Amino acid sequence: MKATVCFSLNGEKQVVEVDPSRTLLDVIRTDLSLTGTKKGCGDGDCGGCTVLIDGVPYNSCLVLIAKVEGKEVTTIEGLEKNGQMHPIQEAFVNHGAIQCGFCTPGMIMSAKYILDKNPKPTENEIRQGISGNLCRCTGYQKIVEAIGTLAGKEV
Amino acid sequence: MEIVLDAVEKGALSVVGKRVPRVDGAEKATGQAIYVDDISLPKMLYGKVLRSPLAHARIKNVDVSRALCLPGVKVAISAQDLPDTCYGPFIFDTPVLARGKVLYVGDAVAAVAAVDEATALEALALIDVEYEELPPVFDTDFAMDPEAPLVHENQEAYIKTFQAVQKGNICSHTTFIEGDVEAAFNQSDYVYEDSFTTQMVQQTPIETNGTVADYDISGRLTIWTCTQAPHLMQIRICDGLHIPINKIRVVGLRTGGGFGGKVEPKTQIIAAALAQRAGKPVKLVLTRKEEFTVTSPRHSSKITVKTGVSKEGKILARTVKAVFDTGAYADDGPGITGFGGMMSLGPYKIPSYRIDGYCVYTNKMGAGAFRGFGNPQCAFATESHMDMVAERIGIDPVEFRLKNVLQNGDLSVGGIPMPSVGVKECLEKTAKAAGWGKFLGKNRGMGVACLQHISGVLSSSAIVRIHGDGTATVFTGAIDIGQGSDTTLSQIAAEELGLPMEAMSIVAADTASTPYNWAVTASRITRTNGNAVRLAAADAKRQILELAARFLEVSSEELEIVEGQITVKGSPERAMKMHDIGGISHWATRGPIIGSASVMVEGHKYDPEKVIGFPFGTMAGFVFGSHIVEVEVDEATGRVQVVNAVAAHDVGKAVNPTGVEGQIQGGLVQGLGYALFEEIIYDEKGKVINDTMLDYKIPTALDAPNITPLIVEETDPGGPFGAKGVGEPTLVGTAPAIANAVKKATGVRIMDLPLNMEKLWREMKKR
Repeated sequence: MKATVCFSLNGEKQVVEVDPSRTLLDVIRTDLSLTGTKKGCGDGDCGGCTVLIDGVPYNSCLVLIAKVEGKEVTTIEGLEKNGQMHPIQEAFVNHGAIQCGFCTPGMIMSAKYILDKNPKPTENEIRQGISGNLCRCTGYQKIVEAIGTLAGKEV
Repeated sequence: MEIVLDAVEKGALSVVGKRVPRVDGAEKATGQAIYVDDISLPKMLYGKVLRSPLAHARIKNVDVSRALCLPGVKVAISAQDLPDTCYGPFIFDTPVLARGKVLYVGDAVAAVAAVDEATALEALALIDVEYEELPPVFDTDFAMDPEAPLVHENQEAYIKTFQAVQKGNICSHTTFIEGDVEAAFNQSDYVYEDSFTTQMVQQTPIETNGTVADYDISGRLTIWTCTQAPHLMQIRICDGLHIPINKIRVVGLRTGGGFGGKVEPKTQIIAAALAQRAGKPVKLVLTRKEEFTVTSPRHSSKITVKTGVSKEGKILARTVKAVFDTGAYADDGPGITGFGGMMSLGPYKIPSYRIDGYCVYTNKMGAGAFRGFGNPQCAFATESHMDMVAERIGIDPVEFRLKNVLQNGDLSVGGIPMPSVGVKECLEKTAKAAGWGKFLGKNRGMGVACLQHISGVLSSSAIVRIHGDGTATVFTGAIDIGQGSDTTLSQIAAEELGLPMEAMSIVAADTASTPYNWAVTASRITRTNGNAVRLAAADAKRQILELAARFLEVSSEELEIVEGQITVKGSPERAMKMHDIGGISHWATRGPIIGSASVMVEGHKYDPEKVIGFPFGTMAGFVFGSHIVEVEVDEATGRVQVVNAVAAHDVGKAVNPTGVEGQIQGGLVQGLGYALFEEIIYDEKGKVINDTMLDYKIPTALDAPNITPLIVEETDPGGPFGAKGVGEPTLVGTAPAIANAVKKATGVRIMDLPLNMEKLWREMKKR
């Protein structure tokens, strides 16, 4: 059984004809070829697949595609504008916050939510905000510092 | 002999030592980087593996015929469809699919390729396997008993790459001997012996292992994969499927973390075997559950350390007995057991010693390399023991270590001279930065641990090509798995060529186009591969200067390259642009400039009476470090929070300080998980019971402390620009430092990892 799901993806209207029991992660990666969002576990534990739905971070591996009907979905591919990286992406590159890069897209989406909600987060608020995104490389410190450099800035 | 150029340059370095942003940063920050699961090829099939439900059983029959009848299934194979052969890094004991017996719960028995994952999974249920259950062996004590069932019944028949000392289930026994250890114990004023255990832990890269394989009509196999070692993978595939190396291309993609778990094959050979029969590409990506249950975790261990000390606090003798549980297949176990033993004196001068490392088969998944390669286990035991000895003889733990640290020119275990030993400086710097000795509040404690490691072993090669516009490309077999080698190696080549980073590019980890590198392992890329890259750049530079000399009418020795300009030394107005040299060499005379180099770490020969059953040749680039952590323990729950950490590492020369700091912080936090809560837990039938990231916890941002990374640069005359390595040692010191800090905070000494809440709470109750 297929269903039609209509939603906004990175600012553009998307209409997909899919089995409604499939996950948002599967549909954006497989059907829409947006492979920047990563699957680390498929169980909602690692945060690698974090996307924003109406501005709020979700593990897209736990969201059924039918649930995004009428919603606004933002993935990592939606952050750069006209070939320019978003300031959060630039901060991650410039402050050594990236190593293997596999957690990075999800981590950056969580960082965007942190800064959207609270433009001047404390270190502890940043750590709380990314505690659902597992990183095995960096020890988190340079990620926390990179996000911290944007506190109080227009992002 | 290994070597190289003058390591220490006169004058300032312009690219090496600078905080250059990662060359792969933007593609990773934007989601453009391509990892294996992002690849989709036309007509691609999906592979799945049928795994043993039993820990030890004879396979009486495997029948894949019902699976093959399922619509959408294209290939179904078992061992009988494959060459009757085994592969492995040290002992060739591993079949591609189980042959004759299954040796652990999860052992690969059969594999299918189908049009989609759901069909492949359905097909697995249609494969009929008849087993005859055998008594399993789960514990190394039992496994070493002469009465124990044999995991491998005919291990003497296996091909081995070294003189393995084997007996029963012991697949490798390594011994290091120096001096008369019994006499030295008799001369000691104090002799203490302590025993420790460590648990099995998993690398847990956020990207699981995976491969896309394709086999064409001409018999050429292409493997796109996440790996730490494309060239090593060629060899394993050749051994496992009898395809010659020249027909195998391994392309290392962006790899989402490795930590040792992506060195040896996990999916590559099975995917290749499926593709070979399908005539279509096959994708095989492990689920997280498979990653936890069938890959190559860090060995659990039982380690007994005995140390003799004079009343002045000088260590006179040590014995170590380390038993490593290598599970069903030896994998890197013989190397890990031997190397862990080699590291088990710590960074201290101990005149007499005997070290015995036993690598033992059991019916669990085959353990393998994981950041530290035996050193984390041995360092936990020996550095905990160091504090216990210091306390018994009434010396401060930092002072006790300082009395015994190695110095420049001392010999390693096995007798290799170590020209650059920065452990004293590391220890002094961390003690100062952490405020060693300062008053800490209730339930707080500070602990220290020192460590040593290596960064030079085996061979690498590199090519540097100068383009028509004077820019340059480095070709290297070393893959950037996140550790930053694409950036570091580019910096080394840029420095040698006198070019800015913007003029460099790098092609890495494709066996079709990049020269041989053994593997991204052993913390060896900056030093060992870096030497090859630097020499290749020097070779290209020599050719550039010889060509320029013809036009500038001087000898090439009188020329130098500064910021992309070739100038006569002392007369900067007499100059040529690199752009012109590039153009001339491509279009007018001489032909394009290509520099190349090959290196091998060699030279030292072990005394066969003193080093027995060790699978490696010589080592180099010895690195050192010191970790100090401050913990706070919740008395009600036993929860340990690391509130502060300082770590100093002697890296010879920090080619990229930001990268070095990232390694220190990341390795320390990985060590924190090892110390406090990570543990693969088996049930009584040999099945892993915590096979999700919910049940197997790794540190989150809330577990990680703020870490002060300190860089110590004790120049290595054998490293590029004096550099050594840093990857693995950053993990090694953490667990003992935490255990030592917890002892200070609570009075409780935990000698069995992990130091989890329940264990500590129970011990605190006994006080």
